[in-house]
Amino acid sequence: MTDHILSQNTPAARDIDIVRSREARRHRFNAALRYALLTAVGLLMLYPLIWLIGASFKTNSEIFANPGFWPEHPTLDGYIKGWKTSTPYSFGTFFINTLWIVIPKVIGTAISCTAVAYGFARFEFPGKKILFAALIATLLLPNVVTRIPQYLIFRDLGWLDSYLPLWVPSALAGDAFFVFMLVQFLRAIPRDMEEAARVDGATTWQTLIFIVVPLLMPALISVCLFQFMWTMNDFLGPLIYISSVDKYPISLALKLSIDTTEAFEWNRVLAMSVLSLAPALAVFFLAQKYFIDGISSGGIKG
Amino acid sequence: MSGDNRFLGLFYLSPFIIGLLVFTALPFLASLYLSFTNYNLMNEPVFTGLQNYIRLFTNDRTFRKSLWVTLIYVFTTVPLKLVFALFMAVILNYKLKFINVFRTAYYVPSILGGSIAIAVLWRYIFADVGLVNMGLTMLGFEPVNWFGDPTNALFTITLLRLWQFGSAMVIFLAALQSIDKTLYEAASIDGAGKWTSFVYITLPLITPVIFFNLIMQMVQAFQEFNGPYIITQGGPLKSTYLLPIYIYDEAFKRFDMGYASAIAWVLFLIIMALTLIAFWSSRHWVYYAGDKRS
Repeated sequence: MTDHILSQNTPAARDIDIVRSREARRHRFNAALRYALLTAVGLLMLYPLIWLIGASFKTNSEIFANPGFWPEHPTLDGYIKGWKTSTPYSFGTFFINTLWIVIPKVIGTAISCTAVAYGFARFEFPGKKILFAALIATLLLPNVVTRIPQYLIFRDLGWLDSYLPLWVPSALAGDAFFVFMLVQFLRAIPRDMEEAARVDGATTWQTLIFIVVPLLMPALISVCLFQFMWTMNDFLGPLIYISSVDKYPISLALKLSIDTTEAFEWNRVLAMSVLSLAPALAVFFLAQKYFIDGISSGGIKG
Repeated sequence: MSGDNRFLGLFYLSPFIIGLLVFTALPFLASLYLSFTNYNLMNEPVFTGLQNYIRLFTNDRTFRKSLWVTLIYVFTTVPLKLVFALFMAVILNYKLKFINVFRTAYYVPSILGGSIAIAVLWRYIFADVGLVNMGLTMLGFEPVNWFGDPTNALFTITLLRLWQFGSAMVIFLAALQSIDKTLYEAASIDGAGKWTSFVYITLPLITPVIFFNLIMQMVQAFQEFNGPYIITQGGPLKSTYLLPIYIYDEAFKRFDMGYASAIAWVLFLIIMALTLIAFWSSRHWVYYAGDKRS
């Protein structure tokens, strides 16, 4: 019976086969086209970075003559002289300064944003709606409008030319975006475990540290990583607040290097650029999952 | 667990409340006040009424130029970046191997792009004999005078931001991947082609994300500072002298805090107005799932 039907339908079956193989061919062609386009765009995107790495090992005369990656006469000149810089300090000083800005800022951000997000997501209190609206308003408020009075406040506090103006606002949950992201994340976590802990006599503080923080970890790591990246890249903050060269972070040191005598020592500037990008790149590749997750769940600017 | 103490929540919020008052609310109001004063850091602010604003709009060619350049920059960069990010997300949203490799590769510029190192790199690759012109010459094109020509100079900064399409693309991609595939099957049975499906299914379903990206990119573009400050220093002929640079120069080079605050407020009001227009118009074009309207 089955055979009979099959043999009767042979022409139709053949048609289906033809259509299928045509579809498969179209699918393969389509995929090939996509791969070609994706690869081309990818190369175009990454080539400036690849070239940068190669160029940092080139001689100054080769940088503006050789569009290729491989240096004709590889040299470490750029790295050795660039590290010394034209200032009395080595580039190592600027690296340490950068870390000295970044690390306390990341820690302050993590602690304050967690506490504030916990407050918003788990408690009812007078004025909650207004405060949450204020959080969203801060999120949309362009920094440009608060920058000048902030500078005046820090001047009156005697904090100019120190890292305090860079640390303190973040330690007071000033990056509304991170608070918002953690609140969204917390709202999606069931409260059963916290309630059980409370019934067993834990304080809200203990509940936060021993139950909420471990659950919040993935989001918290995203927050730390983004704060790390943004602070490493921050230029305007240090530009306004830091005036002594010995306190300069990498971003200001690089700006200084293109302004001073090193302006014609291109390979030094490029070599130091490579070094200054290295920590961010390393962190990104070690933890890219958290970046992509953070950005697609919370939606991060960038 | 909220019942024990009505104020416990406020305790956890205390860092935010202090920060909000001291570093956001107070500066916000103070800058509005300063914008009506003459204040050069040496003596106390002197209230001068609307004088700063009158000077801005009647007697300041730099401001007019800067405002114009800023608007051109934002209205070219934001749409180009969103369209490109969406285009690449659609290409990536396909059963491809290595999709994660591509996604990562495209995202790298977003991670690094804001840094000074990349701005310095941009200066080098768009120089007269830089990488871009070497490439153009090799392909048989005329080299382009990127930094000498006002139109081109602004475009190098737009290109720097376009290069960072990755973060917007990742958000688009997440939205595309969450669309129910059966919708496309149903449409294809009804005879809809790919383009029709894209316009009538994909686009409406991702409008919330388009809206989000639009607002974020716009607010960010209006505050662009690093790119023009490092790459072109605002030149040539002030063709890349965006408003944030003008504000910085007035405030921290000429120490004219009152006038700088007035410019900052004009910029703020423009951003606010465009954000409000976007929010208001979103009722007509943003579709939210579960919403009966559309």
